[in-house]
Amino acid sequence: MPIEEKDIAKVAQLAHLELDDEELKVFGPQIAGVITYVEQLNELDTANVAPALGGLTPEGEQTNSSRDDEIAPSLGQKIALAEAPDPAEGHFRVPKVL
Amino acid sequence: MSVKRVEQAIIAAEELNETLNAFLEIDRAGALQRAAAVEHSDGPLAGVPVAVKDNICVLGLQASCGSRILGNYHPPYNATVIERLTQAGAVVIGKTNCDEFAMGSSNENSAFGPVRNPWDTTRVPGGSSGGSAAAVAAGIVPVALGSDTGGSVRQPASLVGVVGLKPTYGRNSRYGLVAFASSLDQVGIFARKVEDVARVLGVIAGRDSRDATTADVPVPDYVASLPGDLKGARLGFPRALFGEGLDEAVGNAVKAVVDVYRELGAEIVDVDLPHAKYAIAVYYIIATAEASSNLARFDGVRYGFRAEDTPELRQMYRRTREQGFGAEVKRRIMLGTYVLSAGYYDAYYLKAQKVRTMIKNDFLSAFESCDAIITPTAPSTAFAIGEKVDDPLAMYLNDIYTVTANLAGVPGISVPCGLSTERLPIGFQLLGPYWSEPMLFKLAHAYAEARPFIERPPVFAPSV
Repeated sequence: MPIEEKDIAKVAQLAHLELDDEELKVFGPQIAGVITYVEQLNELDTANVAPALGGLTPEGEQTNSSRDDEIAPSLGQKIALAEAPDPAEGHFRVPKVL
Repeated sequence: MSVKRVEQAIIAAEELNETLNAFLEIDRAGALQRAAAVEHSDGPLAGVPVAVKDNICVLGLQASCGSRILGNYHPPYNATVIERLTQAGAVVIGKTNCDEFAMGSSNENSAFGPVRNPWDTTRVPGGSSGGSAAAVAAGIVPVALGSDTGGSVRQPASLVGVVGLKPTYGRNSRYGLVAFASSLDQVGIFARKVEDVARVLGVIAGRDSRDATTADVPVPDYVASLPGDLKGARLGFPRALFGEGLDEAVGNAVKAVVDVYRELGAEIVDVDLPHAKYAIAVYYIIATAEASSNLARFDGVRYGFRAEDTPELRQMYRRTREQGFGAEVKRRIMLGTYVLSAGYYDAYYLKAQKVRTMIKNDFLSAFESCDAIITPTAPSTAFAIGEKVDDPLAMYLNDIYTVTANLAGVPGISVPCGLSTERLPIGFQLLGPYWSEPMLFKLAHAYAEARPFIERPPVFAPSV
C-alpha cells in the first residue's frame, strides 16, 4: 500500500513529533522504501508458527524474577528532581494542559 | 601503578580526541582519584582503564546517548555492569561517542559529530558503539563497553580491528543501559585480546534482581576456557551467506579463516540458516517498534532538554522531541509507530515475531550438528564518511550478518583476521548456542594464537 504524506503526518502526530515540511518530504519516500522492503516477509507462510517471546532463552524464561514487596531505599525527591528542566516545589512543572 | 596506567590512558584520550572524536567526556580528575583508591586493590581488574559508551549510566558522568535530547544529562546511579566493573578495580576514564540512542552503523548519527576510524580518518569506525571501538583500536584503553542491539559492538569491532562480544541475551544486566530495543539490547565488550574480553565478561555477567531478563545461569571461569586444542570441535559453515552482497576480499579472508580452523583440528560442517535473509526485515520491524515505545519517555518533563516558548503541554512534547532527536531516531520512531498502529499490527509486528521464531529455530537445528557457526562480521571493510547517509536501507544492510544473533538471543564474537589491500581491518564472526561463550572464547583464542593480529593503525596512542 502506498504511503502518502498525510500518512506520515498522522504517524508523526501519534509519535509526538512535530515534523517540518522538509522532513515530511524526505521521510515519506524513505519510510515507504523500508516498508516495501520488510513486506518481503509475506513470502513466508507463518500460519502455524508461534510468535517469538523476545529472544529469551529457556533458562531466562525459567528464572523466577518475583520478589517480596518490601520498601527499599529510593532516589528521593531532591535527586529525582535534580535533572528536571523546570522543577518547582518538589514537583515537575509543565506548561498548561488546556 | 594504577594511577600511572590510568593517567597514560587519559593523556592518550585527550591527545587523540581531536583526531578521532571518540570521547564525549574525559573525566581526568575523577578517574585519577578512583585510580588512587584502587592502587592497592587486588581485584581482577585493578587499575585497568576502561571507556564506556555514553548510553550506559556511570554515576558522576554524563549520559547523552549521542543525543541533544539528553545533552548534559547526568544519571543519579551506576548501571549494574559499571558497579561490578568498579568493584573489580576497573577505572572508568570517560564516556564514548555513539550513534544517537545506539541507532546506526557508522557513528554518523551522533549529535556530536562522527567518530573517525583510526585506520583511516576519512572512514567510519562502524556503529553504533564506534567511540568505544576506536578507543580500543587506537590503544587508548585495553577494554571498553558498548551495547549491541543488531551488531553495534561486533560490526565496529570488525571495522577497526579489535575483538567484540555480544553475550547471550540475559547474560548481562541491562539495568542502567538506556533502552533502545529491550528484547535485543545487550551490553557488549571490546578489547584487543580475547583473554581480556573473557576476563571482563566474568566480572560483569550474571543475574541481577534489577533486570528481570537476566537469567539465573552460573557464570563460569571464562579465562580458564581459553586454552586447549580444537580436536573434535565442529564449526558450521553457512555457504549461502558467502554470496551476493559480500565484498570479495572479506569473503576470501573469512574463507581463509575456515582453512586455519581446519588446520587446527576443527571439523568443518555445512549448515544452513534458510531464514537469515529475512533477518534485516524482521529486525527493522521489531527494533523500531520497541524503540518507538522506549523513546516515548523523552518528553522534556523529568530530565534532559526541553524546547523553549511552548505555552501548551502537547506542543512542548512535540517541539522538544522535534528539536531534541536527530533524523535517524525520528525515522525509526516513525517506522515503529507505523508498524504498531491500528490495523497494521498483525501485518507487520506479529508477522515479524513469527519469522523471528523461524530464525531462532534455524539456529537451534544448525547447532545440532556444530558447536559454532562462522560468518563474516560485516559485508565490507570501513566505508567513507558520508557514503551511505542518504540511503537508510543501504546502511541497514551493514547489519546483515549480526542481527540474527540478537533476534535469536545467541552470543556472537567478532575477531580480526587481517587487513585488506587498502590496509583496512577485516573481521570474522563466531555464533554459538545459548551460554556457549566459553566455546566462542576457546575458538577465538585458538585462531588469534595461530594468526596473531599485531598490526597497529596509523592513529595510535603514544608509547610511554
